[in-house]
Amino acid sequence: MGLREAIKAKKFIVTSETAPPKGTDIFRMVEDARPLAGKVDAVNVTDLQSAVMRLGSLAGCYMLKQAGIDPIFQLTCRDRNRLALSSDLLSASALGIGNVLILTGDHPASGDHPGAKPVFDLDAVQLLNVARGLCQGRDMSGNKLNGKPDFCLGAVVNPCAEPIEPELIKMRKKIDSGAQFFQTQAVFDVERFGLFMDKVSKYNVPVIAGIVLLKSAKMALYMNDNVAGIYVPKALIERIDTAADKQKESVGIACGLIGRLKNICDGVHIMPIGWERLVPDIVDRAGI
Amino acid sequence: MIVTRKKETEVILGMLKGYKSVFLIGCAQCATMCKTGGEQQLCDMQALLEAEGKVATGKAILDPACHLVKVKQFAYQNKDAIKGADAILALTCGDGVQAIKDGIMGKTVLPALDTLFLGEFERGGHFSQKCVLCGECIIDKTDAICPITMCAKGLLNGPCGGSKNKKCEVDREKDCAWILIYERLKVLRKLENMEKIACPRDYSLQSRPQKVIV
Repeated sequence: MGLREAIKAKKFIVTSETAPPKGTDIFRMVEDARPLAGKVDAVNVTDLQSAVMRLGSLAGCYMLKQAGIDPIFQLTCRDRNRLALSSDLLSASALGIGNVLILTGDHPASGDHPGAKPVFDLDAVQLLNVARGLCQGRDMSGNKLNGKPDFCLGAVVNPCAEPIEPELIKMRKKIDSGAQFFQTQAVFDVERFGLFMDKVSKYNVPVIAGIVLLKSAKMALYMNDNVAGIYVPKALIERIDTAADKQKESVGIACGLIGRLKNICDGVHIMPIGWERLVPDIVDRAGI
Repeated sequence: MIVTRKKETEVILGMLKGYKSVFLIGCAQCATMCKTGGEQQLCDMQALLEAEGKVATGKAILDPACHLVKVKQFAYQNKDAIKGADAILALTCGDGVQAIKDGIMGKTVLPALDTLFLGEFERGGHFSQKCVLCGECIIDKTDAICPITMCAKGLLNGPCGGSKNKKCEVDREKDCAWILIYERLKVLRKLENMEKIACPRDYSLQSRPQKVIV
């Protein structure tokens, strides 16, 4: 089932994610993603994640679509002005890409071209409005389009942001601007995520919880220290640290989290970070 | 005020290569406040150039260097000293360099400073940027905290999600502007300011170069 259909059917949504290569060899990305066809509802293609220069999300989405996977086009505000963003949205539509996830984007300072000029001509709220406007047949200046896109628009939210209120204010603005689903930052602390869901379930927008495959204690400690809104509990860090088979343990942890999340949110977004081949097994074992 | 920083000595000497005699100009206002273009810095620069075998034909501090009429008056009154110099080295902001170029026709004017930002004088030697001269002030809605300047991404509708411990994604030493704004608006009971969707900015207001006639 594609993303739009999954949302409509109110089923437990399962999405995953893939990153385009740094270079033109897209074969491996497509081969890694291929087993996800039929296992997940849609697959995000990241847009120069962590501000590292790579092949573009749009091309990646098109390749996934050719492979029979419903892609989610990630579009960040970091690298393009309003003309380029609007144009890329039209291009996505022309290529048959129907899902768009709109994000602010990491600052170039954190990437591999730190001297790049950050654009941020629009922010995520404004870009959602622009995308919605395009779907209604008008560009930002009110000009009429010759053919209009029909997107399923999504946005992101950080359920463990501290303080949470500004994040909730922004989430409401994103909903008012046309967001039809939310994917979240990685969740490891289910109780805290539950408190977030208590606050946002009244918004009546599907919330798809982020699942990052935990690869090592080192990765967990790095995320705790450096990534906003991610908190990996000590017990999970010890569990992955002492595991003989880290991949197996990682799958076990992910399945455990999904099992607990199943009843409190509308879906999960599995971010395998290179371990794409483990995702089908996780989906099967978690019974989703 | 305009905050400036002296260029590396090697860079200054590099741009002066081939020029034997130099006239030095500083500024009595911003560059003096920044200790980059005041009396002491002109003396230091003169000593440096002389140690490199160059001749300083004179030095002056304009008040201010960005005032074209004053530059022209100065040029008229000091034409002999200026005439004898191969180049002018300006210890001023970039505007001062160009006003000197416009006011003293026919002379090469070189910048000894890098022009950094419009800043606030906090205390001796400490300057901070609070405004990026965007041409459309919106800080009535944010309790006078400018997100265009203080947020690394210049966002208008709230935090980016990258802040950690209330600090910015780009520099964990700096406060997240939107959390500062949120906390102030909450105290003032004006959170509705943040709930309203801010429209995209009109960057045509920032078109360059600008000219204002009043």
